[in-house]
Order: sequence, then C-alpha cells, then structure tokens
Amino acid sequence: MDLDLSVDQVALRDGISSLLDARFDTARIRAGFDRAMFDELAAAGVFSLRADGFSWADCVIVFEQLGRSCVPGPLVASLLVGEGRIADLVERPDGGVVWVEHLGVLDELFVLGEHALLRVDPHELAVSPSTWPLDPLTPVTRVDELPTGHEVAVDVGELRRAGAVLTAALQLGLADRCTALAVAYAKERVQFDRPIGGFQAIKHLCADMLVRTEVARAAVYAVGAHLDEPDQPGLDRAVSGAKVLAGDGAITNGKAAMQVFGGMGFTWEIDVHLYLKRAWVLDTHFGSGDGHCDAVATALAART
Amino acid sequence: MQLGYSDNDEAFRATLRAWLEDQLPALGSQPGRDAWDERRKWDTDWQRRLFDGGYAGLHWPAEFGGRGASPTEQLIFYEETARARAPYVGVNFVGTLHAGPTLIEEGTDAHKADHLPKILRGEEVWCQGFSEPGAGSDLASLRTQAVRDGDDYVINGHKIWCSFGQVADVGEFLVRTDLEAPKHRGISWLILPMDAAGIEVRPLRTALGSSEFSEVFLTDVRVPVSNRVGAENDGWRVTNVTLKYERGTAFVSELVDSLRLCEDLAPLVHDPGHRRELGRCAAELDALWALTKRNVSQSARGIVGPGAMVMKLAYSEARQRFGELCLRVLDREALHVEDNELVEERLRVLALTIAAGASQIQRNIIGERVLGLPKDAR
Repeated sequence: MDLDLSVDQVALRDGISSLLDARFDTARIRAGFDRAMFDELAAAGVFSLRADGFSWADCVIVFEQLGRSCVPGPLVASLLVGEGRIADLVERPDGGVVWVEHLGVLDELFVLGEHALLRVDPHELAVSPSTWPLDPLTPVTRVDELPTGHEVAVDVGELRRAGAVLTAALQLGLADRCTALAVAYAKERVQFDRPIGGFQAIKHLCADMLVRTEVARAAVYAVGAHLDEPDQPGLDRAVSGAKVLAGDGAITNGKAAMQVFGGMGFTWEIDVHLYLKRAWVLDTHFGSGDGHCDAVATALAART
Repeated sequence: MQLGYSDNDEAFRATLRAWLEDQLPALGSQPGRDAWDERRKWDTDWQRRLFDGGYAGLHWPAEFGGRGASPTEQLIFYEETARARAPYVGVNFVGTLHAGPTLIEEGTDAHKADHLPKILRGEEVWCQGFSEPGAGSDLASLRTQAVRDGDDYVINGHKIWCSFGQVADVGEFLVRTDLEAPKHRGISWLILPMDAAGIEVRPLRTALGSSEFSEVFLTDVRVPVSNRVGAENDGWRVTNVTLKYERGTAFVSELVDSLRLCEDLAPLVHDPGHRRELGRCAAELDALWALTKRNVSQSARGIVGPGAMVMKLAYSEARQRFGELCLRVLDREALHVEDNELVEERLRVLALTIAAGASQIQRNIIGERVLGLPKDAR
C-alpha cells in the first residue's frame, strides 16, 4: 500500500506542469481550444498516455495539471476514445435535446448509452453553437436529434469509470488552482491597512479551500490506483466518491475564490470565473455529484 | 502508487486477526460509562493482553519495550482492532499515546525506568493536566504555578478537561515556572503523582451525561524537582515532541467505526434527500480513509505534509454532519439514547470540533503555517 507519488510520478507531474506554464498562459487558454492546442498536447503525449503504457494513476496526475491550468477542450474523451483524433462523447438523454461541446472542432463524436457506445458523424450535425455558453471556453451546440450511429465494441462500465476519474482529476486541478489564486490575492490585497488574508474571515475561507483540495486529492489519487487494480473491492463506490469530492472541491473553491477576490472576482478580466464555470461544466460529465452521492448510498446499502 | 498491501503487511494482518479472534471472546462485556473502577480494570486488562501478545507500544521504539511497527502496520493494527470491535486505548490513552512517547524523547533514565514498563503492562494510568478554565484555545496562557522550594516544586492552580483524572495514578501537567517570560517560554512539564497531598479531582459531567473528564484543583502540592521532564521553562517544546510520533493513524479507529455506522444507518434511510446526504457523508468518510492511507504513505517516506491538520478538521466536521443526519433519519426514534448507538454517537461527536484544537484554531494554523497567510492580531 502506497498512495503517495513515486519519484517517476513526481517527475511526470513536474514535467507536464512546466510545459503548461511555459506554453499555456492565460492568453492562450482564453483563446479557447483549437486544433493547434490539441496537436501540442498530443505531441506532449497527453492523449496517448494509455497507449504509451502509463497507468491510470499516471493519467490522473497529468489531468490534475490540465485542470490546474484550466485547459479547455474534450480532453477526457480524446484520451479514452479518440485514438489520435479530437473526440468527445455525450450521454444519451431520455429523448430530449443534447448540448454537444466543441462540436466545431470534433473529428469524432460518440454517444454513451447505458450499455453501448455509438459512433456518430459530428459533421452531419448542424453547427450553430450557442452565442452565450455558460463557460466561454466550452462552446456548446444544441442538437435536437442525434443520428442512430454505429456501435463501438468497448467496455462501457470501464469507460464510465475512467471518464469519471479523469474528470475528477481535472476538477481536482481546478480546486487546487483556485486555492492558490485566492491565497496569493489574500496576501497582496490590502484593506483596513492590512492584507485581507490576516483576517480570520478570509483566512478560514482559504483554509477550508485547502482542506477540500487535499481531501479530494486523496480520493482522486486513490481511485486512480484503484483503476489499475480493479480487483480490489469497492471500485464503483470509490469512483463515485472521488467524483463527488472533486466536483464539490472545484465548485465550492471556485465560489470561495470569487468571494476572496471580492468585486474583482466578478470581473471578466480575473480568471476565477473561468475556473468556476469549468467546474460547473465538468459536474455534468460522467455523472453529476448528486448522482454519484446516490450511487455511493446504493453501494453502502449493498455493503459493497 | 499501489492500493494493495505487501505480503508482509498481509501476514501481519492475518496474525493479528487470529490473535484478536482468540482474545476477544474472553473479554466479557464493556462496563457502564461511569463505572470507573470497572472501566479502569477492563481497559488495563486489555492493555495487559496487548503486552502479552506483543502489541503494546506498537509505535514505541523496541529499545523501550515497544514493537517499533512501521506506519503501515500501525494503520493495519488500528483498522483490524476497530473492525473486530476490540477495545480502543480507553484509560491508557494518555500513557501510551502521549506521556510515554514524551518520556522516551525527553525523560531521564529514571523517568523511563519508573514509568515506561508500567504503561506498557497496563499497571499505570496517566491523565493530562494541560487546559485550564482560563487557558483553552490559548493554552500557553496557563496560570497554574509551580514555585521552587528547595528540591521541590510547590504547585497551586486549577486544571480542567483532565481525561480519566478520576482513575489516574500519574499525570502529565503543564505549569508556569516563570511569570516574567513570554508565555510560551515560562512553562514546565511535570510528572504529578495523583495521590499527592493537595490534589482534588472532581469529575466533570459532559453533555454526553458521563464523566470522561475531570477538574483538578491543586493546593500547595509538592513534587520533587526531579519530576520535571526537560529543562525548566522548556515545557512547551516538550509537549510538542510527540508530534514526531504522529504517523497519520490518529483517526483510523474513528473512521472504521464511522463507516460501520454509515452502513448501520443505510437500511433506515427512505427519504431521497436523506439518502443523497448519506451518500455524500460516506463519500467524505471514504475520502478521509484514502487520506489516512496517503498520510501513512507519506509518513513512511519521512514526508510531513499538511495531512494531519487537514484530517483533524475535515473528520470532525464530517462527523458532525453525519451525526446530524442520523438524528433526522431516526426522527422520533432519536429521542432515547440507551441502546441507540447512532444517537449516543451524535452526542459524542459534538466534542470533536472543539477538543484538541477547535476547528477555528485549526483553520488559523492551516491558514498561517501551511498557506503562509499573515498572523491574526493575538
């Protein structure tokens, strides 16, 4: 049993983190996801981690850093089902409309049903994205009816678990960066002749952000290792729990960071709103936090 | 990273399980909450069994009679004993987990010889006299005073929240030995025989209805200067040396019990809102179990992260939320406490966000020491 990063994993984390710092500054992130961004991430090996023999725990470490830099795009699906192309997947709704993300740049679109994964041609769909997406870096297009598509041979359960875990890793990264942004601002912003971080009201907000991040990190790292050892008991419950904790960490820390930044936090110029909005988007991926709470309760009742 | 345990660790677990299966049937039922003589006997009997089985002083170095177990073995020990519903430390709490390690680090050879073997064998029960009515969160402002008189200290003052004071043989006490020095630098750490003249112990009834704590009144109590551990006025540092014995296992038993209580509550939950909230509580507690393993893993590598502080704050707050959920699920079945563990536990965990550093103090410490935010005016 060892749930701390190995030396190699520390190097992996630091490597991707320095690449992101060097190549994906705020201006680039704010320009949104495009093929050039995909190609650069692909060249760094982000989408071929599994094919290149990295463990799920390693993937979690990389995706945490992508979240930490608020990198937009269909990152999780491109790793899981893209096979080198830009891919996203949507969950089959109960007959209603779906909102497809990043439709304009997709090579592949998959529809994830309860028991099957279907491939549809994204180019057949009308491309008229929303003029006001919730997350400005996640363009969304309303699709009234999805084509039937062709079934792809894949273990849907495994796909859902991996998708939830990698999404949780992105959420963890968001939570972590929000803590760092808020703490840095609390040290420099002076009101009443003191840095506001000296006031307990602000300090305690920041401390709770750290706690949320660390608890989520424990859950997300552990479930990454769990995906690598799927025969260990309680995998589904661990996946759901990690999605709950990371999702809550991202959303709650996003709101807390905005509170620490005060009026500036509500401006377009400060990045905080981008993190919070991404957190809201990711909560809808691979099962919401609420849904995963229900799943944990179900597992609990079954004592699994 | 690896989730599974090594073969050696699994062997340790298997041996421990067999030992527990052998020992537990002979234990008999746990005495009543305020049957203090029986509680002392029950807990110290268990300590003696641990000693005979080679599990006493699990985290103490072997040269002082301990087992010198690895952090992972400690985790397994507390996990398995809690799962088997074996007794936790009980009245041996202060001796085995705080005073003993303090003596190992700071005591003289005589201190060690006098106390360490007795603690391990369950022959000596310790209590802790740190907090005072005027010194709670601000512990360093304590005023119980020890004045030198020849080879003795003469002590006067008033301590509170003294765990198991009514059955203790010995106490670890913090006293002020320099009134002029800054508050952290005028404190000394003393061993107090609880039968010394001038000590009066009054049990303190808590909101749980029982008396795990006492108040201790000290009037002209004389102890030899040789009972001091560490240098005079260095007691604040001495108190904190046990931190290096922290291996991230402090909440293992609590977490095992908590997750069992979640399973106990699950079949009683019918309202969808309660159900969702139970899922959230269990997810949090599962995550804290993962955090425990992460903290233990880091400890095994000699890394001291913020994990222990995070754990205390997150666990105590999570247990308060779970406790509240229990009452709402039970509705009017929550109106009696006897034979109603979920309700009794709800009452007990009220203390968790207050004891050993209130949540607000924990947030100050995390904010200042981990995040580097400016200190408060205090």
